[in-house]
Amino acid sequence: MLTATKPPEKSTNYLTDGYGLKSWLLTSDHKRIAILYLISITFFFFIGGIFAAMIRLELATPDGGLLESDVYNKMFTMHGIVMIFFFLIPSIPATLGNFLIPPMIGAKDLAFPKINLLSWYIYVVGGIFTLYVLITGGVDTGWTFYTPFSTSYSNTKVMAAAVGIFIAGFSSILTGLNFIVTIHRMRAPGLSWFRLPLFVWANYATAMIQILGTPVVAVTILLVAMERGLHIGIFDPALGGDPVLFQHLFWFYSHPAVYIMILPSMGVISEIISTFSRRKPFGYTFIAFSSVAIAVFGFLVWGHHLFVSSQSVYAGMVFSVLSYIVAIPSAIKVFNWTATLYKGSVTLSTPMLYAIGFIGLFTIGGLTGLFLASLGMDVHLTDTYFVVAHFHYVMVGGAIMGYLSGLHFWWPKMTGKMYPVLWSKVAAVMVFLGFNLTFFPQFILGYLGMPRRYHVYPPEFQVYNVLSSAGATVLGLGYLIPFIYLMWSLKYGKDAGPNPWGATGLEWQIPSPPPTANFDVTPVVTVEAYEYHAQEVVEVG
Amino acid sequence: MDWKYLPIFPESASNFAPHVDALYAYLVAVSAFFSIAIAVVIVAFAYKYQRKSDSEIPVPLNEHGAGSMLLEITWSVIPLLLSLVMFGWGAIIFFNESKPPADAMEIWVTGKQWMWKIQHLEGTREINELHIPVNRNIRLTLTSEDVIHDFFVPAFRTKTDVVPGRYTTEWFRPTKVGQYHLFCAEYCGTKHSGMVGTVYVMNAADYEAWLTGGGAGTAPMADKGAALFQELGCVTCHQADGKGRSPKLAGLYGSRVELKGGAVVTADASYIRESILNPLAKIVNGYEPIMPTFQGLATEDQIQQLIEYVKSIGTKSNVAASPGAEKAGPEQRIPLPGNAPAKGVPAKTPGAQQ
Repeated sequence: MLTATKPPEKSTNYLTDGYGLKSWLLTSDHKRIAILYLISITFFFFIGGIFAAMIRLELATPDGGLLESDVYNKMFTMHGIVMIFFFLIPSIPATLGNFLIPPMIGAKDLAFPKINLLSWYIYVVGGIFTLYVLITGGVDTGWTFYTPFSTSYSNTKVMAAAVGIFIAGFSSILTGLNFIVTIHRMRAPGLSWFRLPLFVWANYATAMIQILGTPVVAVTILLVAMERGLHIGIFDPALGGDPVLFQHLFWFYSHPAVYIMILPSMGVISEIISTFSRRKPFGYTFIAFSSVAIAVFGFLVWGHHLFVSSQSVYAGMVFSVLSYIVAIPSAIKVFNWTATLYKGSVTLSTPMLYAIGFIGLFTIGGLTGLFLASLGMDVHLTDTYFVVAHFHYVMVGGAIMGYLSGLHFWWPKMTGKMYPVLWSKVAAVMVFLGFNLTFFPQFILGYLGMPRRYHVYPPEFQVYNVLSSAGATVLGLGYLIPFIYLMWSLKYGKDAGPNPWGATGLEWQIPSPPPTANFDVTPVVTVEAYEYHAQEVVEVG
Repeated sequence: MDWKYLPIFPESASNFAPHVDALYAYLVAVSAFFSIAIAVVIVAFAYKYQRKSDSEIPVPLNEHGAGSMLLEITWSVIPLLLSLVMFGWGAIIFFNESKPPADAMEIWVTGKQWMWKIQHLEGTREINELHIPVNRNIRLTLTSEDVIHDFFVPAFRTKTDVVPGRYTTEWFRPTKVGQYHLFCAEYCGTKHSGMVGTVYVMNAADYEAWLTGGGAGTAPMADKGAALFQELGCVTCHQADGKGRSPKLAGLYGSRVELKGGAVVTADASYIRESILNPLAKIVNGYEPIMPTFQGLATEDQIQQLIEYVKSIGTKSNVAASPGAEKAGPEQRIPLPGNAPAKGVPAKTPGAQQ
């Protein structure tokens, strides 16, 4: 029916703006691409989780009776590859960052919307290679692909797995590039650098690492391919190569990659601690610059993975002291988050529970990193379960807690729906307790000397392994519950409204879910970030 | 709960173990203090400043918004200082671990998928077992025939990667008689977790009995090397009187060798190994590059025997002439209580013979 005046399109948002598979697969809307990423990384998270479950099930007994050694080795390799390259690295930037950076800076989209879609397709192609590897027999080199084992000895699907990672790397580079250009060029009038939300600062620092570090791992993979496929001697001493060279190249990317995983989580935590204590983050500029400092110093510490590799003693000392320096910015963040609560108005909503859990687990993860940076201590601890526990505290206790915290914080913005409060709090507590039960015993196992990547182990280590496997059960359930109630909330959840948490960011000034263009009129920013006092005067809607 | 089943420390059985455990205690103390302090403060703040009403908006802390330069400096500098103690302490232990004493008893270790092969100078060989006397400095020279492995004895708190194509060293002084786990700590393929063994630390008399009993009829490594020296034809060019086409080897070990082009290297185990497998890499000044490679002709075990033979025909002097010797001068070691070789013991342990 044609009428002169169109009814107000109040109900149109990015979700209702076009239906059908095509409208999603060909979209250039950053919010829809974020959802595509969200679905893909959730898929890979559960695949990686299945491998973790198999590992913990096997290690409940010392004799290795459940799986063959070859199968077990493939389990931990695929767990690492899937979780790191297909879940953790894209997790926050590609989902929450993609969805939120444009509205946070008052923009309608990222600088290159089509490249944004391209990056998702590249990620999917990389993922398909990885699934191909899984289905056709797997790979057993460990996610670290150490040479000459990976180039001359393993007879599993090394090349296909490496190609998958190589391809996925370009997705990461394109996302980083898009963020950097967007943050430089598309900030709303009045939104100066020091009015940016700390989440944007963190993603900016992450993007720097993505575009500077990822090419190095791509080159390294090419060198592995040249040696494995063409027998050009690069790493294998039998061909005239140097096996330790690979470790330098690999960790030159893969250590900064740890910061790709953790920095965005730190950004999430800064937002959430502030919102749920209604206080500007204590030491805003220190938190902002600590992200940049981590990104810069993170490139100078790769050699701390090589203390026992036959690297020179003096190089070891330099890398050790630099590793302590990179720890300081992380400490600054933790102290500032804690201080933000002081004389605040604190409420323990679900995102805040996850955020506090993050601080606890990340603090332990960071402090145990100090053990490993200490040369004489690392000689005993490296390649044991202490290392496994340490990086899970950082990457799971840190990165995934931050991701879940952010997902619960912005879920009402992304979907317009609220999830059940009680269930979400139960899940947050379960994840925290289950995590500690899983990984804390592994610190002790490591000091006792249990090496990592052991399929069969001496029986005296069994008690701690049983505790760890029991914790993994709780942790797994804790991850499953949010999946269920978040899906449930899409249909049955209460409408959330534009700003359910009383937060200050620009993304909370627009409806939930946001309209396709985010803002009808480009906003003009006249206040500092996190001005809880000025809230009433900022236009809502 | 019986603490036997929930141990916190592994057995402490080397000179390094007490130092590593003490550093560990410091690290645990600092970590526990900060973890607990942060947890207590967060819980206290969350309780004390809990939101009283939905409209509550806290007043700013000061006119600059939230922040304090003094606090930021305090909580940057204090952790940095505590960290630098961790660095220094760890570096001292590491430095000592990397400097084997000159009087250390030498043992050769070769890793391969998935076993440890040990050669004692006396000629005794073992697989996945290492027998050593208590209270003697032991230096292992390690290499791999295939992928990277790692020689890890938790009770000794030491670990070294075993890298194909090069020699690495690990030293320790076992301080307690007993049997200890030996693990491969660098993932090396299918049976990585099966690449394990046992270290037997024995008192001197038992060790001597084991050595003569287990190695009965076995020639010392140097003698095997001497036979190989004939068998492989090395002797044709490397003649004892120095009149052959190649440098004479008597007195070579540990000496400084001048190369074509003027560079000078120390003739340690790595140098000799390289000269056998890749003879053109370093040409001695005044000689022609005529030596063929022995890659594929001499196994890692045989190369070790050849090195011991070269050693046996005279070392340059009485200093530590050994792999890594050029950076292993004993005078460089930082004195650490208990790390200095026990007085008189290493060289004069009753029954310890060469």
